[in-house]
Amino acid sequence: MNGRHLDIKDFVMYYRTSRGEVKAVDNVSFSLNKGETVAVIGESGCGKSSLAKSLIRVLPRNISVYKGTVLLDGLNLMELDEKTFEKEIRWTKITYIPQAALNSLNPVIKIGDQMIEPLVIRNKTSKNKALEMAAKTLRSLGITEEFLYRYPFELSGGMRQRVIIAMSLMVKPELMLLDEPTSSLDVLTQANIMNLMKKIKEELKPSMIFITHDVSLSSELADKIAVMYAGQIVEFNIADKFYHDPAHPYSRKLMESVPTLRMDKNLDYIPGSPPSLLNPPKGCRFRERCPWRFEKCTEDPPLIFLGKDFYVSCWLHARG
Amino acid sequence: MNEILLNVEGLRKYFSVRKGLLGRVYIKAVDGVDLRLRKGEAISVVGESGCGKTTLGKTILRLYEPTDGKIVFDEKDITHLKSKELKWYRRKTALVQQDPFGALPPFMTTKGILEEPLIIQGVKDRAEREERIRKALEQVRLTPVEDFIRKYPHMLSGGQQQRLVIARAIILEPKLIIADEPVSMLDASVRIEILKLLQDLQRKYELSIIYITHDISTTRYFSEKIYIMYGAHIVEYADTKEILRNPLHPYTKALLNVIPDPDPSNRFIVKNVPSGEPPNLINPPPGCRFSPRCSNFMKGICDAKEPIFFEANKGHYVKCWLYEETR
Repeated sequence: MNGRHLDIKDFVMYYRTSRGEVKAVDNVSFSLNKGETVAVIGESGCGKSSLAKSLIRVLPRNISVYKGTVLLDGLNLMELDEKTFEKEIRWTKITYIPQAALNSLNPVIKIGDQMIEPLVIRNKTSKNKALEMAAKTLRSLGITEEFLYRYPFELSGGMRQRVIIAMSLMVKPELMLLDEPTSSLDVLTQANIMNLMKKIKEELKPSMIFITHDVSLSSELADKIAVMYAGQIVEFNIADKFYHDPAHPYSRKLMESVPTLRMDKNLDYIPGSPPSLLNPPKGCRFRERCPWRFEKCTEDPPLIFLGKDFYVSCWLHARG
Repeated sequence: MNEILLNVEGLRKYFSVRKGLLGRVYIKAVDGVDLRLRKGEAISVVGESGCGKTTLGKTILRLYEPTDGKIVFDEKDITHLKSKELKWYRRKTALVQQDPFGALPPFMTTKGILEEPLIIQGVKDRAEREERIRKALEQVRLTPVEDFIRKYPHMLSGGQQQRLVIARAIILEPKLIIADEPVSMLDASVRIEILKLLQDLQRKYELSIIYITHDISTTRYFSEKIYIMYGAHIVEYADTKEILRNPLHPYTKALLNVIPDPDPSNRFIVKNVPSGEPPNLINPPPGCRFSPRCSNFMKGICDAKEPIFFEANKGHYVKCWLYEETR
């Protein structure tokens, strides 16, 4: 796996609650080349948000297990202590764009002052110079620089999200984590943000992890797809292949439930609901809902590599 | 099948807000909407947040008193009925909202939730009530009934909660259900389950459904007609297939253009998106409300006079000056 920009191996994050240990991220492995985007898709509670948050090490207080390897450009982030991580990684090499909402910006500080904060505090850039850079970043995203002197409440939801993206670009990140960046925005605003992300991808070439529950939307950015189910990645695939021919039974059923605008198809849903992450069953976690299950499925399925950047965790692919 | 169940004409709902020294101003949330629904028909109202679609639904259900216009339901004018006379209308209509957990009282069991409307509407016989509760639960497939009847809302999954909301909606055997974003808080696979359930009920009982949504891609599977709403107006309406194949209003075109299908080539395409924001409903722009964002903007026409509906194709109506000559 040499030369990969991001290489995650056996990544685990559990946290403890009064009812037991929640296995939010359970043995996740995948890798990305520089400038590539992986879309992590899955339903609510599958652990996709936990994955992003634990990559930037924003952890719940009741964490119980946090281990594995995360190599960013060959550097193992898991070995860094909190001080180094804060200084060199969080919001420096890795940035995090949360769900569009008013509460990710400070309501009583002007946009400009919020944007320059990391530069002024960490890099000791002068305020004027930093403001100049902020204005330039905003302009490159098609926002007039007057916004520097406004407060968050004066901006629409889409505008706020663009400001957060601009803030993230100020530090020239190597890896951007997008956690449902458009899920409370309107369709047209969502399309605008997607256009923006495509432009960033093309021009600045950061690697991205795009977390979404919306399968159709994921195709707007993804080069690779990771399908998450009950804390695990059940399929990792190349976008060109995935959307036409998903391999894991869960991916297949999920695709069948996606309504399309331009093609006719028979919609179907997946009966039942995902297992609790408190005490997931042994063996394949999708087994109970899977129409193709057989005896073997009560054993834990291995990761079966079917090609470069293409693996499935399913016994069906182990035969022959 | 062709009987009209609901006829809405020129419906307006203004909310008054106080603003400064100038006294009252009005948010014109629904501003002159015409809509017609046949018995057993399912239609969709599609629009973005703040376009007035939820207010439209609630006004039709008379949860709001209309400011102007007329609502005729089953040949009765219900526009300004008083609360006592409204009880009859309440029995014939129901609302399914977006957030099922918020719509269910947390301290009541399934049985209590379903029994309440029956008691209010005067079903006195206890055995009959129990029979109807059982039937409603079976219809929404919350079975075996015994497993669910004593449960509280928090013990149910999101999909099950929404099915309980639907059970409550249908227990009085209404003729009209307004489903306001019924699935937008649910996961993809559960969404289809709930929408299919609504569709089954619609076909089985000749229910009429108004499906209010921002998600145009689900409408093609679940409604026969689409009304597109923008800035408190209906701007286009036609049969679902016709609108999807041949959208006419520039807003509808933009909307359809930006919605992705799962296709890997999407990532190489930068889409055309109209700039700007939806209009302020306190002080909407003159003329066509989409004109400040429209790529087909005609100066002196679009910003001068509000467009009227033109029948551009048979049964396909569009409120846009571009189609004036088709009249």
